[in-house]
Amino acid sequence: MPPSLLIILVLLLSSLAYWLGRRRAFLFARQPGAGKMHSRPGYYGMLTALWCGLPALLIVAVWQVAADPLLTQMAMKGVFAAKGSLSPDQANLLVNDIRNLVAGNLVAREVDPVLQAAADQYLGLMRISNLALATVALTTALVAAYLVLARIRPALRARNQVERAVEIILTLCSTFAVFITIGIVLSVLFESIRFFQQIPLLDFLFGLKWSPQMAIRADQAGSSGSFGAVPVLTGTFLISGIAMAIAVPFGLMSAIYLSEYAGPKFRATVKPLLEILAGVPTVVYGFFAALVVAPAIRDLGAGLGLSVASESALAAGLVMGIMIIPFVSSLSDDVINAVPQSLRDGSYGLGATKSETIKLVILPAALPGIVGSILLAVSRAIGETMIVVMAAGLAANLTLNPLQAVTTVTVQIVTLLVGDQEFDSPKTLAAFALGMLLFVVTLVLNVIALYVVRKYREEYE
Amino acid sequence: MSEKPKISTMDRVNVGLAARYRKERRFKLFGLAAIAASLLFLVLLLGSIVAKGYTAFRQTEILLDIHFDPLVLDVNNLATANYAALVRDGVFALFPQVEGRQDKRILGKLVSTGAAYQLQDMVMNKPELIGPPKPIWVLADDEVDMFVKGHISRDVPESERRVSDQEAAWIDQLVAAGRLALKFNTTFFQAGDSREPELAGIRGAVMGSFFTLVVTLALSFPIGVAAAVYLEEFAPQNRWTDLIEVNINNLAAIPSIVFGLLGLAVFLNFMNLPRSASLVGGLVLTLMTLPTIIIASRASLKSVPPSIREAALGVGASKMQTIAHHVLPLAMPGMMTGAIIGMARALGETAPLLMIGMVAFIVDVPTGFSDPATVLPVQIYLWADSPERAFVERTSAAIMVLLLLLLAMNAAAVFLRNKFERRW
Repeated sequence: MPPSLLIILVLLLSSLAYWLGRRRAFLFARQPGAGKMHSRPGYYGMLTALWCGLPALLIVAVWQVAADPLLTQMAMKGVFAAKGSLSPDQANLLVNDIRNLVAGNLVAREVDPVLQAAADQYLGLMRISNLALATVALTTALVAAYLVLARIRPALRARNQVERAVEIILTLCSTFAVFITIGIVLSVLFESIRFFQQIPLLDFLFGLKWSPQMAIRADQAGSSGSFGAVPVLTGTFLISGIAMAIAVPFGLMSAIYLSEYAGPKFRATVKPLLEILAGVPTVVYGFFAALVVAPAIRDLGAGLGLSVASESALAAGLVMGIMIIPFVSSLSDDVINAVPQSLRDGSYGLGATKSETIKLVILPAALPGIVGSILLAVSRAIGETMIVVMAAGLAANLTLNPLQAVTTVTVQIVTLLVGDQEFDSPKTLAAFALGMLLFVVTLVLNVIALYVVRKYREEYE
Repeated sequence: MSEKPKISTMDRVNVGLAARYRKERRFKLFGLAAIAASLLFLVLLLGSIVAKGYTAFRQTEILLDIHFDPLVLDVNNLATANYAALVRDGVFALFPQVEGRQDKRILGKLVSTGAAYQLQDMVMNKPELIGPPKPIWVLADDEVDMFVKGHISRDVPESERRVSDQEAAWIDQLVAAGRLALKFNTTFFQAGDSREPELAGIRGAVMGSFFTLVVTLALSFPIGVAAAVYLEEFAPQNRWTDLIEVNINNLAAIPSIVFGLLGLAVFLNFMNLPRSASLVGGLVLTLMTLPTIIIASRASLKSVPPSIREAALGVGASKMQTIAHHVLPLAMPGMMTGAIIGMARALGETAPLLMIGMVAFIVDVPTGFSDPATVLPVQIYLWADSPERAFVERTSAAIMVLLLLLLAMNAAAVFLRNKFERRW
């Protein structure tokens, strides 16, 4: 029985248990002289359903996680015995082959009879395991449901127990976010550590040359990959810098106009329109950058006698800047609106014009918040992927010339990891090291930004 | 005693006033210009996509007289008959004057390679077609299509043009005979991906997006709401709660590609889930949208006034009953708005899905959660990389479909908010 069917079956049993528990509670309630029920009948049903469903589902989940490695190990025992001593890499390769065989995917070369036997053995073991799982899970569900049903009495405090269970479930759900963060940190950290075992950390952080193409065979030409992240980082900051040079003035001025000058009607129409810019998927911006903006800039450059790369940093940065405008403007808008009216009134009272008030009073007062929003925007720009993947280059040039092609951290991650990969080569591991760099940088930026914003808010409240 | 002419403050102010007012006007104009520029960018973005893409909804078709020759089509073995020959004969019949292998080969290329499959499907479904010639519209080749739509200009010298003068003349003849026309492009909505632009469609990607979003919604909405309820209604004020809150805020700002790395390392390499499956895509997007949904749900719960809770508690409801029967129903519209907005973001997301192998070239339309699939934004990315001119218009058309879907979702969110939102 496949696990998905088993889960459906357990859920069906569980709803049946609900109905049975409820009916039993009703029977008690109708019985003369049985006393008043502690809880409403539905709670008895829910209690039965929970006991019927949860332990069984838990068993299924644990079994699913634990069974696969165990079965693989058992199936591989014969293979390893036949093949003699193997390096861990070769062993992994064999395991993968067997997985493919089991999944029914075609393996390109002739199927080794030993592997085929192992795959068959695996399938056989899996069938037994699934059968055993179904038996255990269904028995648990039935026994648990029966036990609860037998315990239903008017005095059973069903509601309290159900509520306790629900509260535990709610608590578990809320810790999910922490687990995601831990998962991210662990997954990037593990692979990064493996990367740094092969490439020294200092070479990575301060190396000036990035060419991750490693030879597959040792005797191939150009086999030395070099993993100096400086050109990649420079490219990232160049493109983000261009983006911020567009987004900050436009976004800030829009925010100032919207919050200080615009009437309510103008504001109500323009603000949603600006938000559309934020809602457009980044892949659309990437397409726009690659097909409209980049050729336009190249032609313009050719007209002026400049040589512009067709994947210039300028095009990607420009479009990324457009994407970030609404981000800067809506955050700054909030911050400017939070400046107390009394400051404005005081300034007007001294005879300042509106623009003087804005420049000399409101902006200084809102500065921490604006800085915070700009920092958040920078972290968005650094982590932005699709625009640069589609419009920026692949070659890691160490340059600050916006007319040349540069590459970014995110582009490198995508190019290193898309397609077939060997999971142990420094080439793929480098992507995780870059990912960790990205994670750390954006995290630090966010933490600083949130800190600055929070600090500022406290001043007026 | 020399008496200096006394300059009053008023005079000083008046001297500078004109300049200050000019500055004021200039500053205001800057602001207006910034907004105008941003809106111009928006118009430029949408305009260029519509301008490039609207032609993709119509497709050039050619009317051929196909002779379903019983000699070629063996009734017992319809699947393997030579349908390409039927198509070729149909094309040659239109231009009896064309001689020579070379010319005939070029002539045969006016029609899409998909035409043979089209005939095959027709005959397999309706074997009674076999017999005398019948007029049938078949798809034209993508380059013919581009030429007819004017994307390949006649003014370019022949050597730099993908359509030769000879082919252009044939096309003109077909147009004059009424045998070549632009029809509504059904292939685009019904087919999966293809290397041939005229046969490529978005159905596979749309279904992939659908399955992915179903997984995302089914996981992120319940978990998100549960987490929000716990944090708003139950959580004690302590370090652990603070940690969770900081975590959620930070997760919302982590670049999406990092979630892709997580998906690759955990779901594919550690848990051995199938590559390219919409199930895994949905899991990754769940992790991404969860913070959005939690934040929106908490805001929504916060907006329910405490008096509701107090009233329910006052008449003897337990805390859980208060929440389940009174607070949650009142907060639900806000939570659903948040969920729809989260789903819209998930629908437009590309980068993390590249990491988990949803970029594969997949022809078949996925039918389940574990089938290899791609999603609409990734399809756009793939097509944008294709060199054929015809894929440019298809990419733009796919973008238009994606934007329409997003617009519909956001409109639904706004509608929900306006209809059900209560001000207390």
